Amino acid sequence: MEVLVVNIQGLSTNPGDLPNLHNILKQAHDSLHAESIRLLPLLDMLDPSLHSLGYLYILEACTSSALSKEQASAVVLPTARFMNSCSKEQIQLAPEKFISVCKRFKDYVMQLEAPMRGVAPMLAAIRKIQSSSEHLTPLHPEFLVLCLLSKCYKAGLSILDEDIFEVDQPKDLLLYCYYGGMICIGEKRFRKAVELLHNVVTAPMSVITAVAVEAYKKYILVSLIHNGQFSTSLPKYTSSVAQRNLKNICQPYIELANSYTTGKIADFETVAQKYQEKFDNDNNLGLVKQAISSMYKRNIQRLTQTYLTLSLQDIANSVQLNSAKEAEMHVLQMIQDGEIFATINQKDGMVSFLEDPEQYKSCGMIERIDSSIQRIMALSRKLTTMNENISCDPMYLAKVGRERQRFDFDDYDPVPQRFNI
Amino acid sequence: MDADDETTAAMIDDEIYANGGGEDEKRNRPIISGEPLDVEAYASLYGGRTKISRLLFIAEQSRCCRNEAMELEALRMAYDEVKKGENTQWFRDVAQKIDGRLGPEYQMDLAWCESVDRRAEQKREKLENELNAYRTNLIKESIRMGYNDFGDFHFSHGQLGDAFKNYVRTRDYCTTSKHIVHMCMCSILVSIEMGQFTHVASYVSKAEQTQEALDPITVAKLRCAAGLANLEAKKYKLAARKFLDTGHELGNNYNEVIAPQDIATYGGLCALASFDRAELKACILILLFFVFWNKVIDNLNFRNFLELVPEIREVINDFYSSRYASCLDYLGNLKANLLLDIHLHDHLETLYDQIRNKALIQYTHPFVSVDLNMMANAFKTDVAGLEKELEALITDNQVQARIDSHNKILYARHADQRNATFQRALQTGNEFDRDVKSMLLRINLFKHESNQKQSKKS
Repeated sequence: MEVLVVNIQGLSTNPGDLPNLHNILKQAHDSLHAESIRLLPLLDMLDPSLHSLGYLYILEACTSSALSKEQASAVVLPTARFMNSCSKEQIQLAPEKFISVCKRFKDYVMQLEAPMRGVAPMLAAIRKIQSSSEHLTPLHPEFLVLCLLSKCYKAGLSILDEDIFEVDQPKDLLLYCYYGGMICIGEKRFRKAVELLHNVVTAPMSVITAVAVEAYKKYILVSLIHNGQFSTSLPKYTSSVAQRNLKNICQPYIELANSYTTGKIADFETVAQKYQEKFDNDNNLGLVKQAISSMYKRNIQRLTQTYLTLSLQDIANSVQLNSAKEAEMHVLQMIQDGEIFATINQKDGMVSFLEDPEQYKSCGMIERIDSSIQRIMALSRKLTTMNENISCDPMYLAKVGRERQRFDFDDYDPVPQRFNI
Repeated sequence: MDADDETTAAMIDDEIYANGGGEDEKRNRPIISGEPLDVEAYASLYGGRTKISRLLFIAEQSRCCRNEAMELEALRMAYDEVKKGENTQWFRDVAQKIDGRLGPEYQMDLAWCESVDRRAEQKREKLENELNAYRTNLIKESIRMGYNDFGDFHFSHGQLGDAFKNYVRTRDYCTTSKHIVHMCMCSILVSIEMGQFTHVASYVSKAEQTQEALDPITVAKLRCAAGLANLEAKKYKLAARKFLDTGHELGNNYNEVIAPQDIATYGGLCALASFDRAELKACILILLFFVFWNKVIDNLNFRNFLELVPEIREVINDFYSSRYASCLDYLGNLKANLLLDIHLHDHLETLYDQIRNKALIQYTHPFVSVDLNMMANAFKTDVAGLEKELEALITDNQVQARIDSHNKILYARHADQRNATFQRALQTGNEFDRDVKSMLLRINLFKHESNQKQSKKS
């Protein structure tokens, strides 16, 4: 073992020696696994940032067998330090090992019931293993789970704000979007939540997974809260299994959505009451309550389109609230949240609805429009590049070549009909 | 002739100047007005099968409104008419509905039924033999007439489905466009009686496509039928146009389907519900002309002469001159009797609602601000109800305004196009963003799937 440690220390400094080191480590793999947790003291001799590759292999061997609680707590600290400070280039040589170490780290942290300890290291780990900020690693969903359990939503949001375009494993994406949706709901960023959950529901899949079902349930509720409506027909690009089956599995939610569109709060509450247990079991009761309050808001917003001034009592009557006082509270809350523009005259009990003061003339607005334009142009370019890449992709051409008509006189094309790769 | 012209001209002048003046004793008693319907006079406008259908419809409606006198009157006339014909099924229905309430003369007469049925059977056999003979001889014209006779036979016996089938069969044996037009007219008649107005529309267009020019009466009949089809399909604007295009040549020539006064009524109501002001003005002029011609044609038959057409014209005139209260009042009075009309019955509520909404919209259109109290007076309603109606119209985007509920004023509001454009642009940008990103993601996933499949294969 000491020989190994010496080798690691010696060969890690020079990048040219790394492949050599890697081979040595691979050969030592089995003997390392035999030692397992007994290797822990060896780690003290190594520096995680300089000797990352060796450290990684030893760490991986330590954690390969199941550990007791004390052993887990002993491993957690060095692992966290490692994840924070390891060298990116070295671990890129053995990414699967790194990922499995991090996953086990998450398991230990959960076992010790201290998910918060894992948040920062996991974030650092993601940055190390990502090839670009658009790359989704298997660690993303793990990170989001830790954020959810430790209620560190803001940390989760920082990752969610980055756009993802490259995916290793579809399963990772589904979990990532689902947990991401939940975090956004927690932070009340409903627009992003709808986007993420939409991605889960419309992702290509050949069988219905539990993730898809749960995501669909939340998707229905969040669309109601954010958009005020929900259409049960999924877009054309949804997989056929999803289109056929999701609606049947989530029947109570569909019923709830239908009663929302009628605009009658009493009906909605009856349906919510009817399936209360089901919603509770799915942990969606909070969302249902938020949907009810969003209904009041939407009804009040509709009033701003038809009235200039309206008495609080009339508002209470048309929105089906119990008293003018309640109406006042709702309107006040909405004004504070910036959802409507109005003033309340308490003397007369009247509310005056005002126009949106945004004139679209300020510098800030111009900057916003400008940055939107830039962003969309960049996206457009990306789309064109991707189109070009796929058109040159040999497998695509092979498939298209096979399906083309053989005898097409009008359309003589130099692309050969069979592509032998 | 000259003397007649002068008197008629004088009478027209009276009518033109008697606007909005309430009940005018000089006029003859109108047949459809605020007063209860004179069933006999109404029925005398029609002939053929529609007379009986309409009488039965009136009887049914009267029964629902518990107006026994009118019900019995209608049933009595229906009984008399049915006995003149050969439809035993109808006879049985009518007799059952009368239920002995009209005395011994209006009872079930089984002997009559049996004799009619026997004769019908004999005739049917004869027709069938003739038809078979023609078919073996392969003489087109005879076969066509054979099927036609069969169609007529079934029609008079109330077997509408069979009648229709037989008329349609003549199509293969039609040689001139006259034959085709005849077939279309028969099919249209049967379809109207069956209530299948999609067929009516298709046969009207078929007839209109014939190469030869049609005579004006046929053209008028086809326009009428098209109007009815549009009415049933709830396409009120098109219906109004068709009815008003029908013109005076129709006269009484289509009374097995519709009376000229009906054309004015249906056309007028549909026009009121759907035309804009320019078209409405033209409509008033057409109806004026209509009155003139009908008076000229009908002045021999004073009893039949309906003053209905001037009434509809007046309603429209009131609407056009913004006398909404009197217009809506008058319509309300006409409602009870219009509900007894077989074609209008299902559409009257919708038409009335549309007319009322149009009145409200037209009232608010020229103003920047409107006092709701004055408006409520003009429409003879209360402010709270008016507010609710206006709220519905505003939500529906038919009125561009907002209500100041505190001071009870309606303010016109014109949407700020510039702000709306900015908002829409930003929103479209966001949607594009979102959609393209999720699309790129999906492409990536698909690539994975296909790569996996590829690697599995190889």
